[in-house]
Amino acid sequence: MTLGTVYSETTIFAPPREFLADAPYQLLIVTLDDGGRVTGRVLGDTVHIDDRVELAEDRGGVPFFRLRIEAS
Amino acid sequence: MRPVAVIGMGKTAFGAFPQKDLRALAVEAGQKALADAGVAPEQVEAFYLGNFAGPSFVGQSHLAPYIAGAMGITGVPCTRVEAACASSGSAFFHGVSAVGAGLYDLVLVSGVEKMTSAETPRVAEILAMAGDCATEGKAGATFPALFALIAKRHMHQFGTTREHLAAVAVKNHANGAKNPDAHMKKVITPQQALAGKMIADPLTIYDCSLVSDGAASVLLCPLERAHEFTSQPVRVLGLAQTSDYVALDRKADITCFPALQAAARKAYQMAGLGPDDVDLAEVHDCFTIAEIVAIEDLGFAPKGRGGFFSFDGETAIGGSKPVNTSGGLKAKGRPVGATGVAQICDLVLQIRGEAGERQVAKHRIGLAQNLGGSGATCVVTILGGVA
Repeated sequence: MTLGTVYSETTIFAPPREFLADAPYQLLIVTLDDGGRVTGRVLGDTVHIDDRVELAEDRGGVPFFRLRIEAS
Repeated sequence: MRPVAVIGMGKTAFGAFPQKDLRALAVEAGQKALADAGVAPEQVEAFYLGNFAGPSFVGQSHLAPYIAGAMGITGVPCTRVEAACASSGSAFFHGVSAVGAGLYDLVLVSGVEKMTSAETPRVAEILAMAGDCATEGKAGATFPALFALIAKRHMHQFGTTREHLAAVAVKNHANGAKNPDAHMKKVITPQQALAGKMIADPLTIYDCSLVSDGAASVLLCPLERAHEFTSQPVRVLGLAQTSDYVALDRKADITCFPALQAAARKAYQMAGLGPDDVDLAEVHDCFTIAEIVAIEDLGFAPKGRGGFFSFDGETAIGGSKPVNTSGGLKAKGRPVGATGVAQICDLVLQIRGEAGERQVAKHRIGLAQNLGGSGATCVVTILGGVA
């Protein structure tokens, strides 16, 4: 499983035409546990900086992450 | 490199001008710059044009000779430079480099963009092409969204607030209201800025710069010949262009622009000056957060304190370090490809003491900083009056 930590995020209210149906939607940059960063989208609950996330799916090359609930 | 001077400047007003096409705007600015120095078009030895997306916005390519020809400049090298928002900053860098290297004496550098004839969603799509279309674009990132990511991280690490961002917008609107050529001459309150329509959280419409038409031009020559053309030459003391990855997620730290820091270091070194020597600056406030990061990267405020510095009024016209006395991209306007040369024009006005109601008291040394995309191109210029 691909895991990471939210480095930054924003919710987009004024999207390009292609993404009008999705708005508002959350965009994020994730620092991957295995190194490097990727730009992607969020599925489900809103995420915040430093939240743990997991890769939920890949849609045409765009990674979609969701909040990871980790036992503490 | 031999010393280079700006001997003439000209710009159009910035705004929405349905009756003026791209060429008419560029010709107006270019002719004003030539007239300012009393130079005829036939004397121009090379023309550099900064333009981001003329082919996409207005369906015309081959823009440099297209515009030069309309001004009566023919037979000489005419080159278009594209570097997103830093297109004309880069054109200026190349023009100064050519004069400095001794290739030419009289060089015209212009920037132009005609944006308001396109529908808003199309404008957003064209602007997004300044990012990495294969990753950021595909994920649905807009240009405001990239700077919103920067803002969120900056707020998280340094305690920057939305009130700090709003202070930048309020200050630049106040300055724009003093600039007869500004697109937006409307004073706003912090409450208005904070209550603006959300574009990409935390950035509201008031954190975003405008979509404008406009052009700006400067005429260059070797410093040793400057007095043939003007009694008030402005010398290029320091100049650097740098680059970085286009994609924001490739940067180790998005709360700064490494290319900006590098360009600043080089320009300061070339000028033999430091941040404290700069009397005023025009920085690239495509978004309010970009001005906050810029004043940190340029050394005007310590890292992480740019928001506080702005909120405390230090960057106002009467402050310790006036920034964007023209109104900046926020209020003066943002015809993308014209922004870099327009900054030079505004500094020339200030250094000459011709900035009218927005004139600052100390105006010997001015710094311009032009940024392309989310920091992949940066140009820093330091200008000074010639005693």
